Amino acid sequence: MRTAFFKTLERKYADNSDIVVLTGDLGYKLFDGFRAMDPKRFYDVGVAESNMIGLASGLSLCGKMVYCYSIIPFLVMRPFEQIRMDVDYHNLDVRLVGVGGGFAYGLEGITHHGLEDIALMRTLPNMTIVAPADGFEAERIAELSSGHHGPMYIRLGHTNEPAVHDHKPDIEIGKAAILYEGRDVALLSYGRTVSICRNAINLLSGDDIKPSLINVHTIKPLDNETICELFDNNRMVMVVEEHISEGGLGSAIAELAADSDYSGKVRRIGIDRAKSFIGRADYLRASHGLSPEMIADSVRKEMA
Amino acid sequence: MGDNSGHDHEYIARQIRRTILDIINRTRSPNIGSSLSAVEILVSLYFSTLNTSPGATDDPGRDRFILSKGHACSGLYAVLAERGYFAEEDLLSFAVDGGIFEQHPNMDINRGIEVSTGSLGHGLSIGAGMALAARIDNREYSVYVLLSDGELNEGSVWEAAMFASHHKLTNLVAMVDANGMQALGHTSEIIDLNPISNKWEAFGWHTQEIDGHDFGQINASFAALSAEKPNAIVLNTVKGKGVSFMEDNLLWHYRSPDDQEYELALKELSE
Repeated sequence: MRTAFFKTLERKYADNSDIVVLTGDLGYKLFDGFRAMDPKRFYDVGVAESNMIGLASGLSLCGKMVYCYSIIPFLVMRPFEQIRMDVDYHNLDVRLVGVGGGFAYGLEGITHHGLEDIALMRTLPNMTIVAPADGFEAERIAELSSGHHGPMYIRLGHTNEPAVHDHKPDIEIGKAAILYEGRDVALLSYGRTVSICRNAINLLSGDDIKPSLINVHTIKPLDNETICELFDNNRMVMVVEEHISEGGLGSAIAELAADSDYSGKVRRIGIDRAKSFIGRADYLRASHGLSPEMIADSVRKEMA
Repeated sequence: MGDNSGHDHEYIARQIRRTILDIINRTRSPNIGSSLSAVEILVSLYFSTLNTSPGATDDPGRDRFILSKGHACSGLYAVLAERGYFAEEDLLSFAVDGGIFEQHPNMDINRGIEVSTGSLGHGLSIGAGMALAARIDNREYSVYVLLSDGELNEGSVWEAAMFASHHKLTNLVAMVDANGMQALGHTSEIIDLNPISNKWEAFGWHTQEIDGHDFGQINASFAALSAEKPNAIVLNTVKGKGVSFMEDNLLWHYRSPDDQEYELALKELSE
């Protein structure tokens, strides 16, 4: 997913001389093409993320569209106050591209896990939050990002994510994509867990439960129209996300359910901070309830 | 724009101090001491140094100024009004409900405020980004950033200092208003960075240290900027400068004068 995003961005970089790319000393070989094409617009700013965000803001105030890259905790949590004030308050064309959403960094451990990023970014009024489900979507979002106005947070996984699509999807920022039309229950997810939800739905095929699957690739602004239609047509919406259970998409859906007097069930499957964080990504997902089997079991239980 | 004589600058500086006193007193706002230490540098910037003007606020080639020590904004507002960036009566909208100006600067390009500041440690990075944009775009402008000495406690300042030095951002000027005080006391007693100049030199900046209340030295320092390294100017100043009972007194980081103190201060600034 990461390579797909930056290969596409590299083509945009060639076409648009306003694009500047900054990295906080991460992305081995990822940026060789950018540097070779135009070294005046690519900078490894060193291990100094707060400065990276300030630089991006100054560049953007002078007309540049700036992409900042790092691993999520270093990109989002370390310089969050610069993001809040310099980027978001001024509504600048800065794209924060975070790698390692959820447990993607596995055994690297809690320092590298991206677990609270959506919650933080949701508090910023101008920030658009997107999270592609696979490499094809990452390509599409890379394209769309260069035409978007205002700050964006782009939450990437890392590598070898299972494909959700077989070609680049025609998604639009702010418009949730319905991948399957089912009945009674809707699963909502984004990023890596979209394909896990798809597998969960396959496991339910013998149970006479046919959930819809909605890819909420844009977490903010939320596609209220589509979500409210789901409320109208389903007895339960279940949000599955590789993020802490507080403050993420599940919270956003619960808020909308409360505001719109949804009478059905809202259920949230997310990461439990009380559990272990030592293991490979697949192990950690499964141990936090993010496996097809456990999601299918949760659906069966709730729909019984 | 043309240079003005030191006498003109001093006349303007006295007027600016009276304006600061007036708007701080009227609104019972804090931070008068931090504004009074920065008057000469602000007057020099806006009346003889910056290649910008009230008619050029959207000129991409203009020089930029960032008040990274945003708490000294009453001084900036007073100077911008005096320089004609907005009408004097706009100053009546400082620090009032629904007004124009907060107690830290809010970006307002038309009124000459380039960026919102007030959280310390942000301004130099933003300035470095602006300076870098000039290089990318082959423009000639310079970016001037005024920091406080207490602000130098922020690690992000030194992240920016490293970047600017490595990339030889010669069009970036960091000015440190070294009034020797920070929020809870003298800088020497809290986090002692003295000698400050050595720090900037060690980070690869061309560094000058001058009397920050002496227009001759300020203007000479701007004339002696390096074309090979980013530039630091350490301004030795006095917090609360110009009002005897406010000078080097921490109380005036917080307090605003009462009516009697206002009259006393005004008298000193009118002599």
